[in-house]
Amino acid sequence: MNVEFLNTLASVVANATPLVIASIGETITERAGVINLSLNGSLIVTAMAGFIAARVISFGVDVDAIDMIASAEAGLIGGVVVAMLVGALVALIIALSSIELRLDQVTVGFILTLLMADLAQFLGQEYTRIPGPVVPKWPVPLLQDLPLLGPVFFQQNVLVYLSYVLVIGLWFWLFRTRPGMAHRAIGERPEAAYARGTNVNRLRYVYVVLGGALVGVAGGAYSLHFKPGLSNPPAMQGDGWIALAIVIFGGWHPFRVVVGAWLFAALRAVSSDIQKNGLAVLGQTIEFNFVLLNGLPWLMLIVTLLLVSSGAIERLLLLLPGPVQRRMRSVLRSDPPRAIGTTFEVD
Amino acid sequence: MDIELRNIHKRFGTVHANNDISVVFPAGRITGILGENGAGKSTLMKILSGYQPADTGDILVDGNASRFSSPEDAIQEGIGMLQQDPLDVGAFTTLENFVYGRPERVLPDWQAARKDLEEASAHLGFDLEAETPVERMSIALRQQLEIVRLLALGVKALILDEPTTGISAEQKQTLFAALQQLAHRDGVIILLVSHKLEDVITLCDKVVVLRDGRRIGEEDMPAPGETDPVTLEKIKSQLVHLMFGQELGPHVRLEVPLDKVVLQLENLNLRDRRLQIENLNLSLRQGEVVGLAGLDNSGQGLTMRAICGLESVSSGRVLLEGEDMTNRSYRSFLHRGVVFGAAGRLEEGLIAGLTLTEHMALVRSGRAVLDWPALESYTSESLKHYDVRGEAEDRIEQLSGGNQQRVLMALLPANPQLLILEQPTRGLDVESARWIWQQLLERREGGTAILFSSAELDELVAYSDRILVFHAGRVHEVSDVASTTIDELGYLIGGEFKQV
Amino acid sequence: MLLPVLLSLLLAALLVLAVGREPQEVLEKIWQGAFRNTRSFAGVLNFWIPLTLASVGLFVTFRAGLWNIGIEGQILAGAIFASAGALTFDFPPELAPLQLLLQILLGVLGGMVWAGITGALKIWLGVNEIFGGMALNALAGVWGIYLISGPWYPEGGSAQQSRPFLENALYPPLSRDWPVGLLAIVMTAVAMVLVPLIMARTRWGLQLKATGSNPRSALLLGVPTTRVAMSAFLVCGALAGIAGSYRVMFTYGSFRPLVAGGIGFLGLLVVLLSTMKPLWIPLITFVFSAILAGSTRLRVSLQLDSSLAGVLQGTLVLVFILFQGLRQRLEARRGDQAGDVSQASASSQSGLTG
Repeated sequence: MNVEFLNTLASVVANATPLVIASIGETITERAGVINLSLNGSLIVTAMAGFIAARVISFGVDVDAIDMIASAEAGLIGGVVVAMLVGALVALIIALSSIELRLDQVTVGFILTLLMADLAQFLGQEYTRIPGPVVPKWPVPLLQDLPLLGPVFFQQNVLVYLSYVLVIGLWFWLFRTRPGMAHRAIGERPEAAYARGTNVNRLRYVYVVLGGALVGVAGGAYSLHFKPGLSNPPAMQGDGWIALAIVIFGGWHPFRVVVGAWLFAALRAVSSDIQKNGLAVLGQTIEFNFVLLNGLPWLMLIVTLLLVSSGAIERLLLLLPGPVQRRMRSVLRSDPPRAIGTTFEVD
Repeated sequence: MDIELRNIHKRFGTVHANNDISVVFPAGRITGILGENGAGKSTLMKILSGYQPADTGDILVDGNASRFSSPEDAIQEGIGMLQQDPLDVGAFTTLENFVYGRPERVLPDWQAARKDLEEASAHLGFDLEAETPVERMSIALRQQLEIVRLLALGVKALILDEPTTGISAEQKQTLFAALQQLAHRDGVIILLVSHKLEDVITLCDKVVVLRDGRRIGEEDMPAPGETDPVTLEKIKSQLVHLMFGQELGPHVRLEVPLDKVVLQLENLNLRDRRLQIENLNLSLRQGEVVGLAGLDNSGQGLTMRAICGLESVSSGRVLLEGEDMTNRSYRSFLHRGVVFGAAGRLEEGLIAGLTLTEHMALVRSGRAVLDWPALESYTSESLKHYDVRGEAEDRIEQLSGGNQQRVLMALLPANPQLLILEQPTRGLDVESARWIWQQLLERREGGTAILFSSAELDELVAYSDRILVFHAGRVHEVSDVASTTIDELGYLIGGEFKQV
Repeated sequence: MLLPVLLSLLLAALLVLAVGREPQEVLEKIWQGAFRNTRSFAGVLNFWIPLTLASVGLFVTFRAGLWNIGIEGQILAGAIFASAGALTFDFPPELAPLQLLLQILLGVLGGMVWAGITGALKIWLGVNEIFGGMALNALAGVWGIYLISGPWYPEGGSAQQSRPFLENALYPPLSRDWPVGLLAIVMTAVAMVLVPLIMARTRWGLQLKATGSNPRSALLLGVPTTRVAMSAFLVCGALAGIAGSYRVMFTYGSFRPLVAGGIGFLGLLVVLLSTMKPLWIPLITFVFSAILAGSTRLRVSLQLDSSLAGVLQGTLVLVFILFQGLRQRLEARRGDQAGDVSQASASSQSGLTG
């Protein structure tokens, strides 16, 4: 296996991290029966908040300062915490308006997605294109020396490791624990959850806010790791919509969600490689305007949703032998949580 | 344990759903709660099981006044309810449903739970498989799961709301055997909510009859195994008298001469996610009424929808007056006078948010520009003719279920060729149901052919010229309805085609 | 209505204070930017025309129960198609009106094609219109960038825009003091009157409403639901196409990839704010256009980002929607309580008599 290829894989994993964290956050929210459609705006505004917080803690309020007044670690931790809080706050608006006011989740989410993007641009104007702290690499002792897996997965930074923990942790939570069953039940059939003594609306608050907080971490991951700093237009413009589509493609299952996020990151890696090195098929260089490659992720978004809506993924299940079928059922099931987008009231 | 209800009152708006109901349920007895739709049975049971609070009145458990503010409270006190549509989570497996709600730790002891489930299931003669997802299970199996689950939570009083709707004769026997065991062997209080006389007479020790929200009377039932037809008939007529305040006359069937063939199905093959129907053949004449019997999701819905273009046909032909209409759109069927009526009125058929006039304009106005005043007066007249309690400018969701069904009748074309109706009287009281059938039979006399499905066997036997019984996609035709008993139909529905 | 407006103004004022500026000064600058003279007022109208066209179109898709987020891409596609015409045709002066009409029709076609793809994905292939629309927005954007970096690359220019259109490819301005396209104003006025009228008085309008409220039932009542949903997309796309063509054929006089500039998204907010009462649409779009036009100069005069306009508009709509929800909840609760009271009194009565 050549080193360059492993490096590419490692950068795919690294670049997918914000998408993974955001999609996992949204999966948590939607599993509880609520859609947070504000993802795109939330990512932009939390990236802004996280970056400014980190910058201010590390460098002070002066935007021209180049001397650090505190360690980069302090700034980074502060930045991620602020991003989380902002993400949670946006999600709280969605939870309140949906649970207390019975407002349409799509409407409120859409207004928020626009508003938050503008807000980020307005409040972040002074802080665009200035340097700030960046999350450093931290190879995991021992694991980093594993052949193949080490260089790809374990020579990354803390945010990337967090994404692994989130994926595996959410799977374990949803499908192996008792509170995880309640989490799924309030998104599938809140009446049944209520009959079993689960406080449906309180739990929905918890998961919507928790999911929003993770979206905030994802936003921070953009401005502190993936595309450091702020720019106008924002570097991750559109990724929130892609993350929302990944949740659908992922069938609301953490493992499939992470595969989706990695696919998108891989596609981007391929297209940026072509933009850098050109495209050659069978020794022939192919000439075309590489600008068009920027459309690929969006084409893929449509294709992935087509795969889900045509039932192609679920049909895979029928090709598998019986025992495997049973094990794979929860992964290949593409049905949305049944109560998604609805409100629950005890009558 | 025994339970007493004292002076329970519950109102919804102007409806006095429970009016001063007092009743005692002793341990180890099976009590039937009998009454028409809207008599107040379900409300009373929801109060007893913590789903709704009573306005006033007391619940006494072993003589102590109790107040439940949630179903969980009621279960703590030992009272659990099996809803008509069992409250389980479709995406969960049997075992997950069993475990969810048990006082387990964060990481449940799956092995122990599985053992409990299997033992409890075997104890009642049930056949539950731990890993099966609930969304693939029949209503009967889901009921069994819910019963096992509630008992495992320590429930000593089990309420069952219309448990025999949508299950086969054989499944009913299994259920009743288990309930008798529970009551007479284990001392559990069983409450059976039903509007079916046969069920309460077969199973119950005692029957409490409700009418218009009041407790009308109480009757002891014969011992199980009582077969003397005279005694049974006497009890039946007493109960009918209590339920309706009068005896119901038998249905009178009018013979309508059957005319030319309207609909013909030739070697129809249908398929959806769950089932497959092969080689269905049928021909339907003008004025003929064919009933479709079977458990929920046995293929009746799929067949009716495929016949009028709402589901696709895999192979075979649908002929309408000889013309091949296979896989044409519903609208082209509608143009030829084929109308489909779905079971859920407000989900499929009527449009919440639209006024009655707007509904009428959708089906009647042939012009591109609408003449609202004319449509309004036409609608008002039509409402009067169909005896709908409502105004033309009312939105449809403001009307009661019975009146919505009347509006649907008003929206039908005057002389349809073929009516395809999914459970046309579901959820209606006896009077409304009779009115609907009166309307349908009038159209039949005008030459309309009718294809309908129903979960009520007596409705099928009363109105059909022929019955098609569906079981897991297989179809059995009963052509001599007059000499068929409800029991025979029950066995067919359960899939025992050989017995007949 | 007044309370949400005041509250959102207050929130915006706090934001302005947060970045160290005087809210009053900002408000004055916005007012001046919009209404200081006829030319600035014409600037407001130049936003009002495409925004109103888009909002009227979105009124139609919302009526059909569709979230046409793809309108942004439909405006852009309209602009691209119209630009293609503008860069190709060069009719003699006496036929200039014909060329103008052709370009507008091309714009209409572009909007309809883009809307039609979203509609086809939604109706026949089951791809939610929000995601399909968002993807098509981005694809139209990529296409636009491709055009100015390739086929329409201006000689000797930078790749920010295409080469400028010729005189006869542009809407003629009303006058020197009123730089606004009269024909476009007329089309907008016709659309904003005619579309609501059609929706209220025709079978098509009723069928749209039925499909939007409950497509299953509408189908059973004989409504050709797929055709109706598609027609809603196409009508909205056509209006968006006119809006897009106006942006390139008057506002910029050349093609730019950012020509849609969030007008489509803003249109969605307008319709949400109108609570589906179409008479409000032209008024709301006028206020929003004034804020938009007024704040374009903030960067020059106060070094403030013009995104303040979006913040103000977004806050207003959010606060308004939240207030509306709150009011409905309070009304419902009051209704419940009234019911409870009557229940209690009635049951105590029956307790006495029974």
